[in-house]
Amino acid sequence: MEKIRVKVCMGPAGILAGGAQVLSAFEKELKDKKICVELKSGCSAHKVGCRGLCAKDVLVEVAIGDNKTSYQSIKPEMVQRIVEEHIIGGKPVAEWGEDQNYRNFFKKQVKVLLSDCGEIDPEDINAYIAVHGYEAATKVLTSMTPEETIKIVEDSGIRGRGGAGFPTGYKWKQCRRDPNEPKYIICNADEGDPGAFMDRAVIEGNPHSVIEGMIIGAYAIGSHDGYVYIRAEYPLAVERLEMAITQSRQAGFLGKNILGTGFDFDIKINLGAGAFVCGESTALMRSIEGKRGMPRPTPPRSVNKGLWGKPTVLNNVETFANIPYIIRNGAKWFASYGTEKSKGTKVFALTGKIKNPGLIEVPMGITMKEIIYDIGGGIDSGKKLKAVQTGGPSGGCIPASLMDIKVDFESLAEVGSIVGSGGMIVLDEDDCMVSMAKYFLQFTQDESCGKCVPCRIGTKRLYEILERITKGKGKENDIDLLQELGKDVADASLCGLGQSAPNPIISTIKYFREEYEAHIFHKKCPAKVCRDLVTYSIIEKVCKGCGACIRACPVNAISGEKKKPHKLNQETCIRCGSCFDVCKFKSVGRE
Amino acid sequence: MDSNMLKITINGVASEVPNGTTILEAAKLLDIHIPTLCHHPKLSVFGGCRLCIVEVKGGKRPVISCATPVADGMEVKTSTPRIEEIRKTIIELILSDHPNDCMICEKAGDCTLQELAYFYGIRENRFAGERRTYDKKDNNPFIERDMEKCILCGKCVSICDEIQGVGAIDFSYRGFNAKVCPPFEKDLNCEFCGQCVSVCPTGALTGKMWSYKGRQKDVREVDTICPYCGCGCSLTLHVRQNKVIRVSSKENTINEGWLCPKGRFGYSFIDSPERLKTPLIKENGKFREATWDEALDLIASKLKKIRSKHGPDSIGGLSSARCTNEENYIFQKFIRAAIGTNNVDHCARY
Amino acid sequence: MEKSFNKILKSHKESNGSIISLLQQIQNEFGYIPEKAVFWFSNILDIPASRFFGTATFYAQFNLKPRGKNIITACCGTACHVRGGDRLINNIKNEIGLSGEEKTTGDRKFTLEQVACVGACSAAPVVIINEKVYGKITPEKLKKEIKALKES
Repeated sequence: MEKIRVKVCMGPAGILAGGAQVLSAFEKELKDKKICVELKSGCSAHKVGCRGLCAKDVLVEVAIGDNKTSYQSIKPEMVQRIVEEHIIGGKPVAEWGEDQNYRNFFKKQVKVLLSDCGEIDPEDINAYIAVHGYEAATKVLTSMTPEETIKIVEDSGIRGRGGAGFPTGYKWKQCRRDPNEPKYIICNADEGDPGAFMDRAVIEGNPHSVIEGMIIGAYAIGSHDGYVYIRAEYPLAVERLEMAITQSRQAGFLGKNILGTGFDFDIKINLGAGAFVCGESTALMRSIEGKRGMPRPTPPRSVNKGLWGKPTVLNNVETFANIPYIIRNGAKWFASYGTEKSKGTKVFALTGKIKNPGLIEVPMGITMKEIIYDIGGGIDSGKKLKAVQTGGPSGGCIPASLMDIKVDFESLAEVGSIVGSGGMIVLDEDDCMVSMAKYFLQFTQDESCGKCVPCRIGTKRLYEILERITKGKGKENDIDLLQELGKDVADASLCGLGQSAPNPIISTIKYFREEYEAHIFHKKCPAKVCRDLVTYSIIEKVCKGCGACIRACPVNAISGEKKKPHKLNQETCIRCGSCFDVCKFKSVGRE
Repeated sequence: MDSNMLKITINGVASEVPNGTTILEAAKLLDIHIPTLCHHPKLSVFGGCRLCIVEVKGGKRPVISCATPVADGMEVKTSTPRIEEIRKTIIELILSDHPNDCMICEKAGDCTLQELAYFYGIRENRFAGERRTYDKKDNNPFIERDMEKCILCGKCVSICDEIQGVGAIDFSYRGFNAKVCPPFEKDLNCEFCGQCVSVCPTGALTGKMWSYKGRQKDVREVDTICPYCGCGCSLTLHVRQNKVIRVSSKENTINEGWLCPKGRFGYSFIDSPERLKTPLIKENGKFREATWDEALDLIASKLKKIRSKHGPDSIGGLSSARCTNEENYIFQKFIRAAIGTNNVDHCARY
Repeated sequence: MEKSFNKILKSHKESNGSIISLLQQIQNEFGYIPEKAVFWFSNILDIPASRFFGTATFYAQFNLKPRGKNIITACCGTACHVRGGDRLINNIKNEIGLSGEEKTTGDRKFTLEQVACVGACSAAPVVIINEKVYGKITPEKLKKEIKALKES
């Protein structure tokens, strides 16, 4: 019999769906049925990082020899049948296997840096080495000069994956040229954008690729000290990264005299303490220094005066994870993906009202339509697509009418959004765009460090204006005021947080002005989201009198006898929508 | 041409400045005024008020002149319609979160924010909204901290840390709730040098003893030297109706405008009812007022008596740093020549 | 308390840590940042206490007050938001009896924390109750979980 491998997805969603239980069910079955004992060619069941299609977790791959079968939506109780029919019987359980939707999800994706994520055991360095891991670092350290290394990165055209899209090779070159020592290299894993989990998935799925990228970067710029600044909210990522660093050290890829080349480099982990602004480079460095993460004005740039005032390169997780693949396959290969100015692939976290939420990797320049409909499978609610939000609080909403747009740095900027770190949230008719803008402004004004006036007070005022609009208290010139203040905040703020904070407002006004007007002039929320602009009522004809809404109402506004239509008292109702949510018979009306 | 000199054109005026000069400094050399609230030439760059923005030809967005070094060939405009629009917005934003009680504010007439509001003609505010309100009153004896008036320019934090080396206060919280305060928002507990007060551009930090003693009107400034110690700091007394109501120090002085708690707040003795105005002679354990002649005669006779009985070296003279050089000279001359001993010293000499 | 302080001090010096890592250690030990700890470390390390306070109040992670017995963390990420996260948070507040800006209930039984994004967006809405992550949680499920905690 051929070699047997079972891969169980234990990415963020895989774990939530019960990945650990599925894995132990496989281990138990394989052991109980003595499969592994009798098999000399090898047999293993292990966890892997995010396999992408989070909607169908737990995802499992069973490989017998080179024959791979993917299963979706697997629960522990399904494991026995898979082992018996597929592994022992040789006949895959077709009904649980991949369907058309599953194949479509992967069809237009191009897996570069995710090629090993979701395939290998992230807690085992040998698994990474088996797929050519650390070959790039070895090649660079033993046979290339730092200049040659930078040249490849430059030629590949890769631009920073953290949001701003600054050319990575150029950044490295600038830092290398600075005569000051020591130099530092930092990996930004403070993935703060709400609605984004790419970095988390990469670190949890393939931590060694990030470490290898950092080793190559350190060698290129001449640094001996690296830091990973990672969110404390990602405990599993921290754990796997710590494990990977220890393993890498033991294997001689980190530490003194790496691979006998005389090059020293090691990595420390720094836990972020919960401040979105620390995604900004100067704030992040202050935070590593143990200070309040308040950005400082530039110049001087971090490549000249960064951490502890020394030349520093800061790149995002995804950027570093790309580096080993670029070195291994060459600049030309990388540049063959993407558009003229945006090379390579990009990982996105596709979420919201989409059928296939998950982690995807696509070539730059793919259209939004392909992502939403071909990969994402369209809207899950049966409603109409309204917009796609990209770039989180720094980005904008792209309306359904622009779905032919290419997804790359330039094209998204043209329509008032950004690629950002890669969050992509799909919105349908039930989403209120004013409320969406308010949500993001609430976030930015909350996360503003408070240092500069336009951001500290400006985002607060933008939020207040949006809040009064959603409460039906908007003033006639509020749209103009939002635009004026938004422009000033964008132009005058100290750092990227403030400079991009108005984007959600500007883009929603641009494409959904009529929604703002409905709120301001007609005191209506077309999407029926804004609490103060909707009323709930019980449709007596439909109401079965089940009492669910009575129990759900937090203010006892609903009354009525069992099996008789209930009544809702408008005066006590706080419009929380609890009754609407619990009613199984659609007998709660919302206007 | 000196290779260390860079060419810059500001508002059409060309000049050359040394490498490392900021745009703000270069403008100052040309006597071009750029408004700012958070910049202080002797403190590290903060860059928070954003008022000193200028347009640099070829730049994508305005830059702050306090932090941007001059690059060779730079063309700068310090005032354009767009720049002024942004500045006005910034000032309005600050004022939207400010008590605007200038009428009873200690700082009125000497307040940078008030002055800016005046120059930009701000009466209405487009951005009226929630204002920070703080009930807490700081019960320290010297410094009035009205944090509702604080614009978070950071000068007090920097001066306390960088110049005074104390770090009694720091920024805390963040965003709109950010504030400058002592740890756990307790009462200020420091050496009360009042340096923070001296750099505060608004009425957030003032001297407690200044309150309601007079602001700018009918106040005369008298430059003098601090009498407390040998440092000889320059003081500016603010005098109203022949009473010192406030003490400050100018930046272009030997002490660069910095003062200690005694120099800044220790002036109440001037009008103290307990202050000695005539010599007192103690008789039978009790002081009585005397004339100068009477007192000096008594001292002379006692000194003579001691010298003739025990010799001149039984007498020593200790002078004070609070005297002038001339007074100290005369004093040592008196001890050496008139008494005949070298037993003379001075409190500022170690 | 002093004994714990010394233990933390030792490891802080060994790891060459920063104020942030020190505060993280203090919070790990006590569940929050006691005032006493700040002044003790300020004194022994000769770092102004204002720095500690400024840093502790800047980062969302640090608590200056003791937290409740049960910690409920509601994700406020965008994906959770569009999946009804706001209403969920209101539900939690109602269930555990929190009003206004408070984070911890009067009886210190519950603390509700709101975090930016826990990065489990595909399972939105997400709530973490005592470190256990609940994905695609419904108001009813939540009510049940909280009820169980109330009775325990």
